Amino acid sequence: MNKIFEIPLYPYARSADQGAAEPVRHRVVVVGAGPVGLGLAIDLAQQGVEVLVLDDNDKVSFGSRAVCYAKRPLEILDRLGCAAPMVAKGVEWNLGKVFFDTRQVYEFNLLPEDGHKFPAFINLQQYYFEEYLVARVNELRASGAPIELRGRNKLTAIEPADDHVTLSIDTPDGAYRLTTDWLVACDGAGSPVRKMMGLDFVGRVFEDNFLIADVIMEAEFPTERWFWFDPPFNRGQSALLHKQPDNVWRIDFQIGWDIDREDELKPENIDRRLRAMLGEDLRYQLEWSSIYTFQCRRMEKFHQGRVIFAGDSAHQVSPFGARGANSGLQDTDNLAWKLRLILDGTAPESLLDSYDAERIHGAAENILNSSRSTDFITPKSETSRIFRDAVLDLAETHDFARPFVNSGRLSLPCTYDGSPLNTPDELPYGPARSRPGSPCADLPVPGGYLLDRLGGRDAPRFQILAIDAEAPSAFAAHGLACEVIALSSVEAPLVKDRYLGTASGAVYLIRPDQHVAARWPAFDATAVAAALARAIGKEG
Amino acid sequence: MADLITTRNTPRADDVYQMLIDVHEGLSKPESDALNARLILTLMNHIGDPEVIRQALALARG
Repeated sequence: MNKIFEIPLYPYARSADQGAAEPVRHRVVVVGAGPVGLGLAIDLAQQGVEVLVLDDNDKVSFGSRAVCYAKRPLEILDRLGCAAPMVAKGVEWNLGKVFFDTRQVYEFNLLPEDGHKFPAFINLQQYYFEEYLVARVNELRASGAPIELRGRNKLTAIEPADDHVTLSIDTPDGAYRLTTDWLVACDGAGSPVRKMMGLDFVGRVFEDNFLIADVIMEAEFPTERWFWFDPPFNRGQSALLHKQPDNVWRIDFQIGWDIDREDELKPENIDRRLRAMLGEDLRYQLEWSSIYTFQCRRMEKFHQGRVIFAGDSAHQVSPFGARGANSGLQDTDNLAWKLRLILDGTAPESLLDSYDAERIHGAAENILNSSRSTDFITPKSETSRIFRDAVLDLAETHDFARPFVNSGRLSLPCTYDGSPLNTPDELPYGPARSRPGSPCADLPVPGGYLLDRLGGRDAPRFQILAIDAEAPSAFAAHGLACEVIALSSVEAPLVKDRYLGTASGAVYLIRPDQHVAARWPAFDATAVAAALARAIGKEG
Repeated sequence: MADLITTRNTPRADDVYQMLIDVHEGLSKPESDALNARLILTLMNHIGDPEVIRQALALARG
């Protein structure tokens, strides 16, 4: 049977644009139909923005690749109408174990907090993830949404201008050109668009190779993340075992810098490694293997004129911590509503500067965490290795050493502290977790979950959340109508801990991406209007 | 926030110094290095204050 990643899911079809006398003008063109490009296209199309996705391939990701998806991206995907099949198919996990040599030295439980719609993490092969996104694209298109996905359309050149970008595209039927108001490059770490523009992508190279073997096997291992430092089967290096759906197991061996790639990838050599790890009588089928190296780096700015970068094209991290696809989806979540407000004239083009500010903040956080994990996993000096081993030694019997163990700090949602869109916190003693810039914490409300009711599905919707506080039934300012949601701590008790703190009531202004823009103890129309102006890049 | 103590603070200095030397008795260089690392981590946790640790690291670096 063919694997899903061997079937063209969006086969090439000739477009009317190809025969046009003049290049046809589009609103937004997205380059790259990976998780980030498809996520952005769905978000824009749901909001009524005409969007065209180009990809030089016509299939979903080859091999499992990104497998670990965190709660925040699942919440974003729920707004995009894609999370349900992912959670249904995905493997939920909470427990991680860390081994040093032959001993278990540490165990962690993600201990998901009560009252959230989504689990802390699921594991799911990237090809399934993309398949569900493609299905959602097709569903939107069938219902008349302005979205199109063109396979085997390879971008070959771009000419940026002040208010548009001209694209040259190669297809099986030859070349054609089109123009677009905005171009979003979601074309991965090797971004051809970034190269065409000659933009820098600098950072740190890590001199190490990792071998991924995704194997199908009937195994007794529990659904946990197992990480080894210096195990007998991979001396001086690390290894990882993690479960995916369909009895596929992700096995990741650190193999060092000076290796012969071709030799390492020979099935007999992978087989030798697997048997050393899992036993001589192992029965398995190798689904996919790959050797990767990584860098931690980012662009200096995430947009230049009408060309915007999102996901790995803008920033790259090591895989430890599940911060790649997860942060890419937070990029698109941040970008889509801003682009829509700029396109319809509600917000100034300068609103896009806040995309840079907020997502560079996110990328810097991810690069910091990811670099630290990498330094722990691959110590860069003898002294660094001595300390690393001392931490692992102590961790086995002494709890105090366990916070130093770093086999990957798992992706947490980014709080946009210091963002130009935030209004300074006006809620004294409000919970720090809901300060301006934070993503809203979920909680059960009558009839479902709070996040089901927040955020812009079909329009960039700002909302006012009035908790145990008086507020009008609707509010409008600066060309934006805000929905007012009244919530009572009697009906939704967790709101006290997550939004009120010791305040007796609170009013929150929530952005279309479910981040907090401002909060106050009571409703004040002038203050809310000013915060709204600030949140769409119109100061005061 | 506390500052690193850089005045005399250890009673029975000779005894304490001897404890430090004695604990390495009979260990190879790698074993001693590992012990020192465990010791630093343990004391660092005891101090707990990142600012004091920062000052101590700066002092040691010279």
